[in-house]
Amino acid sequence: MLIFLLRRIGTMILTALCLTFIVFWLTNLSPNLEKVAKSELGARITDAEVTSWLDKNGYNDPTILRYGQWLGVLPGWTRTDADGAITGRCIPAGADAQAAAAAPTYCGVFQGDWGFSTVFRRDVSEIIARSLALTGRLMLAVLIVMIPSALILGVLAGMREGSRTDRALSTVSIVTTATPEYVSGVVLIAVFASSAVGLKWFNGSATSAMDGITFANFTLPVLTIALYGMGYIARMTRASMTEVMTAQYIRTARLKGVSFPNIVMKHALRNALIAPFTVIMLQFPWLLNGVVITETLFNYKGFGWTLVQAAGNNDIELLLGVSVVSVFVVLITQLISDVGYVFLNPRIRIS
Amino acid sequence: MTETYDGPLLEIDRLSISFFTRLREIPAVMDFSAKIMPGEALGLVGESGCGKSTVALGVMQDLGVNGRIVGGSIKFKGRDLCTMTPEELRKVRGKEIAMIYQEPMASLNPAMKIGRQLAEVPMIHEGISEAEAMQRALEVVTDVKLPDPARILGSYPHQLSGGQQQRIVIAMALMSKPSLLILDEPTTALDVTVEAAVVELVKDLGKKYGTSMLFISHNLGLILDTCDRICVMYSGEAVERGSIEDVFDKMRHPYTQALFRSIPLPGANKNDRPLISIPGNFPLPHERPKGCNFGPRCDYFEAGRCDAQDIPMSLIDGDDRHQTRCLRQDEIDWKAPIAKAITKTKGEIGPVVLKIDNLKKYYEVAANALFGGGDKKVVKANETLSFEARESETLAIVGESGCGKSTFAKVLMGLETATSGTILVDNREIQSTAIQDRTTKDVADIQMVFQNPFDTLNPSMTVGRQIMRALEIFKYGKNDAERRDKMLRLLDVVKLPRAFADRMPRQLSGGQKQRVGIARAFAGGARIVVADEPVSALDVSVQAAVTDLLMEIQREQKTTLLFISHDLSIVRYLSDRVMVMYLGHVVELGSTDQVFQPPYHPYTEALLSAVPIADTSVQKKHIVLEGDIPSAMNPPSGCPFQTRCRWKSKVPNNLCETTVPEQVTLAPGHQIKCHLSDADLDSMEPVITIAAE
Amino acid sequence: MEPLSWTGSVGVFLNPLLGIAAAIFAILVIAQMVMSLFAAPVTLQSNADGTLVARAGALGTVENLLRYLVFALVLIVLAYIITGIVLPYGQTGILGAMSKRFLPIWVALILTFGLSMMFKRKLGLYGKLFDSTIGMIGFGLVMFWVYTAIFSALFGWIETFDPLGQPSDLFIAKAMKNAFPGAVFGTGTEGTFPHYLLGGDTLARDIFSRMVAGSAIVIQIAPLATLFAFMVGITLGLPAGYFKGRLDTLLSFLANLILAFPVILLFYLLVTPEIVDTGIPSFMAVVLFVFPIVFFAVLLNSRYHTQPKVRTPLLIVVLGALGWLYLSLVSQDGTVLHFMPGGLDLFDVPPGILVVFVSVVFVNAPTVFRIVRSLTLELSTRDYVAAAQTRGEGSWYIMLWEILPNARGPLIVDFCLRIGYTTILLGTLGFFGLGLPPESPDWGSTINAGRKLLSQFPHGALAPALALLSLVLGLNLLADGLREESLKD
Repeated sequence: MLIFLLRRIGTMILTALCLTFIVFWLTNLSPNLEKVAKSELGARITDAEVTSWLDKNGYNDPTILRYGQWLGVLPGWTRTDADGAITGRCIPAGADAQAAAAAPTYCGVFQGDWGFSTVFRRDVSEIIARSLALTGRLMLAVLIVMIPSALILGVLAGMREGSRTDRALSTVSIVTTATPEYVSGVVLIAVFASSAVGLKWFNGSATSAMDGITFANFTLPVLTIALYGMGYIARMTRASMTEVMTAQYIRTARLKGVSFPNIVMKHALRNALIAPFTVIMLQFPWLLNGVVITETLFNYKGFGWTLVQAAGNNDIELLLGVSVVSVFVVLITQLISDVGYVFLNPRIRIS
Repeated sequence: MTETYDGPLLEIDRLSISFFTRLREIPAVMDFSAKIMPGEALGLVGESGCGKSTVALGVMQDLGVNGRIVGGSIKFKGRDLCTMTPEELRKVRGKEIAMIYQEPMASLNPAMKIGRQLAEVPMIHEGISEAEAMQRALEVVTDVKLPDPARILGSYPHQLSGGQQQRIVIAMALMSKPSLLILDEPTTALDVTVEAAVVELVKDLGKKYGTSMLFISHNLGLILDTCDRICVMYSGEAVERGSIEDVFDKMRHPYTQALFRSIPLPGANKNDRPLISIPGNFPLPHERPKGCNFGPRCDYFEAGRCDAQDIPMSLIDGDDRHQTRCLRQDEIDWKAPIAKAITKTKGEIGPVVLKIDNLKKYYEVAANALFGGGDKKVVKANETLSFEARESETLAIVGESGCGKSTFAKVLMGLETATSGTILVDNREIQSTAIQDRTTKDVADIQMVFQNPFDTLNPSMTVGRQIMRALEIFKYGKNDAERRDKMLRLLDVVKLPRAFADRMPRQLSGGQKQRVGIARAFAGGARIVVADEPVSALDVSVQAAVTDLLMEIQREQKTTLLFISHDLSIVRYLSDRVMVMYLGHVVELGSTDQVFQPPYHPYTEALLSAVPIADTSVQKKHIVLEGDIPSAMNPPSGCPFQTRCRWKSKVPNNLCETTVPEQVTLAPGHQIKCHLSDADLDSMEPVITIAAE
Repeated sequence: MEPLSWTGSVGVFLNPLLGIAAAIFAILVIAQMVMSLFAAPVTLQSNADGTLVARAGALGTVENLLRYLVFALVLIVLAYIITGIVLPYGQTGILGAMSKRFLPIWVALILTFGLSMMFKRKLGLYGKLFDSTIGMIGFGLVMFWVYTAIFSALFGWIETFDPLGQPSDLFIAKAMKNAFPGAVFGTGTEGTFPHYLLGGDTLARDIFSRMVAGSAIVIQIAPLATLFAFMVGITLGLPAGYFKGRLDTLLSFLANLILAFPVILLFYLLVTPEIVDTGIPSFMAVVLFVFPIVFFAVLLNSRYHTQPKVRTPLLIVVLGALGWLYLSLVSQDGTVLHFMPGGLDLFDVPPGILVVFVSVVFVNAPTVFRIVRSLTLELSTRDYVAAAQTRGEGSWYIMLWEILPNARGPLIVDFCLRIGYTTILLGTLGFFGLGLPPESPDWGSTINAGRKLLSQFPHGALAPALALLSLVLGLNLLADGLREESLKD
């Protein structure tokens, strides 16, 4: 078990390194850097000025070295100008020589130095912490709504395959899987928050939820995310449940005289929930998608909104930070899914 | 309760069951009647699709969404099961009637500990406490002769072997001491020696608990071993029923007779007394003929009479409740000798074609498959195999799962390469040439017929194309027209109509698919054919025909046939020499007569005793092996068979547990791998004796 | 001219009917579900004459009522469509006008269904689809949009106005800006179509026409992109599942790498003008579009390598044609990869579309890879694979001709689902304004444009949203029907 865990974590770290490197490389391609230079110095600068600015700010080192510096495993660059002023990755801008000398050699993600956002003019780590907290609240609400309802829907539908309940519930889940967040969000807002229909039950924007969550401002975003994921999980649960219900051991239980509710609860449920568990965990990259769309749609300044701002405004450091966090969230959920699967499934656990 | 009830325990009267599909109603069982008295065991026998399992499910009232009882009644202790409410049914199921099925692994809940699954039964039906139920479970598990019952109760199903799982399923059925036990092919998924032990157990427990049994099987031998009465089914109807002795020795239905003539009994022999297969095919449920269902395939068929109207069951005078569904039962001369089939001359055994010398095949596997890493383990799949096979010779390789016969086939075919030793085909070494590197001729020379007919053909290619592809690969013919011609001739050889060339495999029956498989194997004029249990998945009546076909082609083409099987009856029937394998070792090798007569290797002896024989005149010595076959991953020290050998005590110095025995030559061509002294070997008695008539 | 109401004069009768029927239907469905939870399962008994006993009691009544209600609902909806076609323009409101506009599609749908039903027993899996209600509904929805796309892209039959251009008359343009559904265009006598059926957007363009034109973009890209993703996934998944070992480990690792990437992040990284300038998407296109060529080359070679006389010319023809297409596709004016002389370059794809296409293929391929890999793992244990091996067939023949055809059932089902997913992805791209030009009428972009005014003028975003929903729903239902029918064998 320990070996298995170590191997999984090893693979996970390798994946994380690969992915962050790809993101680093893509965000640090020369057109992006030129754009940064232009936004710092004004759009009318010459190519030579761009090159010298890039050179001065350490952007001309090979990508792999700069990736190391960003990670914090290579010493940050330092450069002494013609007039003797020392600049460097780890040296705050405008610091004097003394401060420059005292600055740490390494400053990267490992040291907790995530860089500085050019759009928000604040530290990346601060922005991410704030936006993660906001998104965390949203996700928690989503999970609380989505998972129980999806599982109930799936189990009820899969309990008696082909029955009308099954067909009705399956149709519901198919419809929700066919409704991406930007469709359900639009429909929900149009129906429940627009002046055109007139049922102004909820707010069409969740900006106010950042300060205090109310039923009116949080319901629609939560529903929007939960609906799309719910159908998928429900269908997986249903498929798993129908498969289990036709298994020989369920027939054995029935012929032992176990009553139908007991068959479902005692014999089928545990076996039927193994597959959806993995699905729920693997849903996280998707949920992240939903979060980005929903936060944009409802103007909720959480993690997804930050991602869009960072990417849309070529805010390299912030985008890197956001990518690292989202990649890690995904990888950790995958790890949990693997480990949880082993725990849920006695067939694997013991052997 | 109706404890005082003393009529028949189960009384099925003119039962008809149908399945309803979108297109039509499919009658699965028609006009079926049976009666089981308390303490009696009834065997239900028939080929696949004859409706025997449907009867069992009908008794359990568990026919699924599409199945309906459309007529007749099923009375259990005088109460009609069909009119019971679900609540009443639940009280009967598990408590009074218990059922055991084919796949033990699938019958147990994988996520529940054995103990809880067992304890559940009395907790539901008798309302006893969990502790009490667990105590009961412990007793019953001890009764089914499982080692270390306490540990087993605390484990999950997948931690047990197939034989142990089946014992647990039996234990579960017996938990509430039911009065009727239904067994649906309970041993089909098990190895022969394990099967014998399970059957033994069922018999003993049936007596001990006084349980009546409904035993469903396709194997007449098993029914003979276990039951008092038998009912033969054909295409949804019972065609004959009566006591075992009556039906086995004085059968009064042509189908029963044909069935017995198509199974290899000890007296049969491929040259002088060949098997007689039943002509034609099993009718599909919606294509049943009018009148007698067996009519079109019956030797005694009389047009205008047998196909005129439905035929009722009729009593046979003088016998005990012996009935048959045949109009001509009084007219047929049941004692008439089997029409003498043309005696076939045996092919002349030619020169050595295949010579295996000291062949070894080891695999390295990770000790822990899922989590990876850890130590590598060596699995010795084949250990020092040495033998020869000649032209026109049939060499049978006999053994149970894990004995290494499939690995050997893979090495011979070139799908794997040998670890050491040599394989000589016509004096060319091929043991280390993988199939990609073999010449087309070598590949075409060694071909294989596979076990599972439903898996052997590519489901999305027509039969003709598949044979033609083989011809193409073997570089036969210049163009498609020539190959097509040859393909049609091959279909003739395997006795399939030429029209089958354009059919898809799903339109063929199991036996027909197997014929196509044979045609494909012989497409390149194969000289050595490995037949891996080619008929074990087929119905009895088809087995004979496919076996005969193989023999016939072999005679004509002088093929060397390596016949892999676990079924000793068929091996005795068709092979010239026999090689018995156990856990990678050849434990005995000799001519068929030598192997089937003492002295035996102790394993051969047990194997012979384990195979059920459907002949009342055969006396078998009763040898039941303890335990299961050890895993090849973790073989015992010394002699591979020592953990289960009943002769072990005769060998001094604990030799069996420490050293692997040498190959001993007992007679010219007869070798065994055993420590037993000559005196002990000579003292062995024959396992099978045929009582004088 | 009067602005159109939703249902016009027929609505007076039909609307209340529809409302009542729908309400009762909803109540009954819920009631039935609740009751069935407590009801006993149907017993196995049948009547003496072989007919089945119908469920009795309240639940049985509810079930019967529901059956009639479904029938009634369908009839009412049909009434809307038919009155719309039959009655003169204007009388039947917006719905009627739209159903008149969709007339060619109704005809095409009726023909398709009629012909398919007639020959359904000869059409294999496609024919069996017509045994499943769910599958038929799904197929109908999908074909509705397919025909809309074909008729509007090829003949311009369906749309009522230019989907891209604003009205030239400034006065009218001002009036039509954010106009509500059914608004009169100008005075209604300009010689154009008299109404904006689904209203106007912020730039005073006709939403109905944009929605119709948007279908053409989706129907062009989504299936093709999915097809390419399948080619990539199959070409890599088969060897991974068949050879196992290191190759499998490596490919699976790469697939998981892509799958661990949140899709939106990937899009933001790939589909920006800066990245397009570097040529990375073009190089990805070079790599991804090679796979179909490899696939067909291996497919034909493995089948015919025993007959060089057939094989060589066949390969030359097929690979020549595919290669030419490939080079034309890859070589683009104005990008880093521009090497084909103008005369030989058959076509140029607009760079925005190419980038979208490549990234959608890139995102989908790993999932297909995983499915194909697991199917291959399962199928390679079959005896017919072993039989092919013992005849000395090449590995690629076994993978492509023995394994792949037998994996087709699950793959076809997944193909349908994946087209739906690709449609959603395309919408996502449009929603974030990535890739396609902002004036493009595709559904995602239109939703994005409409969402800012959602609380006052929801119709701008609602129409494309519902269109996308119905197409994806159709694909999902179709997949469900196909799965059900293919399992019945």
